[in-house]
Amino acid sequence: MARAVTTQHKTIATAAAWIVALLIFFPILYTVITSFKSEQEAIQGFNLFPSGTMESYSEVQAQSGYFKFFLNSVLLSVGSTILALLVAIPAAWSMAFSPGKWTKDILMWMLSTKMMPAVAVLFPMYLIFRDTGLLDSRIGLMIMLMLINLPIVVWMLYTYFREIPGEILEAARMDGASLWNEIVYVLTPMAIPGIASTMLLNIILAWNEAFWTIRLTTTEAAPLTAFISSFSSPQGLFWAKLSAASTLAIAPILIMGWFSQKQLVRGLTFGAVK
Amino acid sequence: MKLRTLTLGLLSASALAFAAHAESITIATVNNGDMVRMQKLTDDFTKANPDITLNWVTLEENVLRERVTTDIATKGGQYDVMTIGTYEVPIWAKQSWLLPLDKLGDDYDTKDIIPAIAGGLSVDGKLYAAPFYGESSFVMYRKDLMEKAGLTMPDAPTWDFIKQAADKMTDRANGVNGVCLRGKAGWGENMAFLTAMSNSFGARWFDEKWKPQFDQPEWKNTLQFYVDLMKADGPEGASSNGFNENLALFQQGKCGMWIDATVAASFVSDPKNSTVADKVGYALAPDNGLGKRGNWLWAWSLAIPAGTQKAEAAEKFVSWATSKAYAELVASKEGWANAPPGTRSSLYANPEYQKAAPFAKMTLDSINAADPTRPTVKPVPYVGVQFVAIPEFQGLGTTVGQLFSAALAGQSSVDDALKQAQDAATAAMTEGGYIQ
Repeated sequence: MARAVTTQHKTIATAAAWIVALLIFFPILYTVITSFKSEQEAIQGFNLFPSGTMESYSEVQAQSGYFKFFLNSVLLSVGSTILALLVAIPAAWSMAFSPGKWTKDILMWMLSTKMMPAVAVLFPMYLIFRDTGLLDSRIGLMIMLMLINLPIVVWMLYTYFREIPGEILEAARMDGASLWNEIVYVLTPMAIPGIASTMLLNIILAWNEAFWTIRLTTTEAAPLTAFISSFSSPQGLFWAKLSAASTLAIAPILIMGWFSQKQLVRGLTFGAVK
Repeated sequence: MKLRTLTLGLLSASALAFAAHAESITIATVNNGDMVRMQKLTDDFTKANPDITLNWVTLEENVLRERVTTDIATKGGQYDVMTIGTYEVPIWAKQSWLLPLDKLGDDYDTKDIIPAIAGGLSVDGKLYAAPFYGESSFVMYRKDLMEKAGLTMPDAPTWDFIKQAADKMTDRANGVNGVCLRGKAGWGENMAFLTAMSNSFGARWFDEKWKPQFDQPEWKNTLQFYVDLMKADGPEGASSNGFNENLALFQQGKCGMWIDATVAASFVSDPKNSTVADKVGYALAPDNGLGKRGNWLWAWSLAIPAGTQKAEAAEKFVSWATSKAYAELVASKEGWANAPPGTRSSLYANPEYQKAAPFAKMTLDSINAADPTRPTVKPVPYVGVQFVAIPEFQGLGTTVGQLFSAALAGQSSVDDALKQAQDAATAAMTEGGYIQ
């Protein structure tokens, strides 16, 4: 009897999970469906069965080369993530293993920078970028993306590092390991799932960042967010083309997320159950 | 001898390098049909000017506005040519942010630019932006539904006729709304329409001393008429409808009439995308017999920011893109109906264009009927038909737009919306130093 109830619960839970997942995924699915419609079909109301035309994709490709934007997206998201890890791993290590009086406050302060709307600092940032010659440069944008995602990266790594017993690091120190060796050969391998999921999440965040990547670039460093934005029109119904552009922009990150979902979930739930 | 050869070699190498070094100009633009077409046709320009290469930055209208404003205000120098509208040109020119266009070439024929458009893009007689395409607004209506209603649309209808026709054409059981009008909040959305409409009701944003006029009967008449008309004959959820939403409704045969930008004519009459392409008629925007019609004036134009280092190349490009020859180029590749409308008188005198674009005459008449310097019945201290060309207008126009959109949605009464608009405008004008 107890077993029957469990099975029933499981079925309900699975069904509920599927419904929630479908609800969340539906806008993306409908974007993909719309991208295979003609413009006339796209405006004719709700329809899940497109005619399957590839017209929008060829027009999008003809109008603006996808590959340059794609390459910039890859460089910016991966580059900014590596930069962020280089800064965040030592920072999180010091906060997790030798916390000071102000560690908690510093962590809170770091997070508080995320609470300010980005547009509030648009002009100062624009002027800094202009004066340092970083407007429309990949390196400038990598630094920018690194900075805006750094609080989250430090927080995540701090949480993972706290799960690692300090005694292991002490043992390494007893064996004569230097600080560098301790972080690189002892801490990092043990925290790999956490670091990997932090990396993945940061890549996703950097890939989708659409405020600074549009406002600080023109042609050279413009990533896929700028590519999508160029298909939005106030006068004219280009929904199918806009959907095709969006599908092309989200496809790489969606595929990456799909393949790494085990790693992502494992990392995100790391230390959740004691 | 060796040294001479070496020197000569070096000199010729640097000369070659100089020749090969093409000047590259960056152009910021919007994703409207005519602009996209221009990008496809730029080979014609680069063939004639092999030393200039073009970089395009296409952005959504609001993002474009924000980006070019940031860039020009901080002298960022990211763009050499900017696509801006009739709202920005007078404000930016006065700030000395734009270069005057006085080297457009001998065969450019500045006098051919439609006077109403040239006036909107000039300050103190100097042209600061070249119009790429211009538009006014007019009535687009379904000839079949009008006939079914037993009415004939005059060339110059009154608002009363529009109301009468809308009442008769509305057939909610069959999904037909008598009239579709903008309701989505925004200075360039519902306020473009409502400000233009208010001109025909004799209303104005400010009196000569910049005192807001929303407490005057003309505004009450405008807003009450609009809300009543839309409640009786407008589509469901009209307070979220902008240009694109109404275009979709009209193309699907769900609107009897639609009063909006003249540029929409080429969309609704395109059989590839419109189900009512062969049934559309055109008329001037309505009036109330006060001498002003409810039509606006806008031109997407190309301007050169004062901070550019490549003014000469930029002006060459602007001249090419807004020339008579460009219209002929478009006609030769894609037909006369696709030539950028609303900028040059010669286009409207061209019989081939008149034949290809049945809405040509009505578009020209609508543009000519708008006067940015005297937009409404009473005198005003500002320039602009459907906007007020002051920097504060973007924010204020959107605030008032939200209040009027709420009145349309039934969230507030017309009187409340007008009172709040009056308060918001008074506060903004006082803060801006207009009201002492």
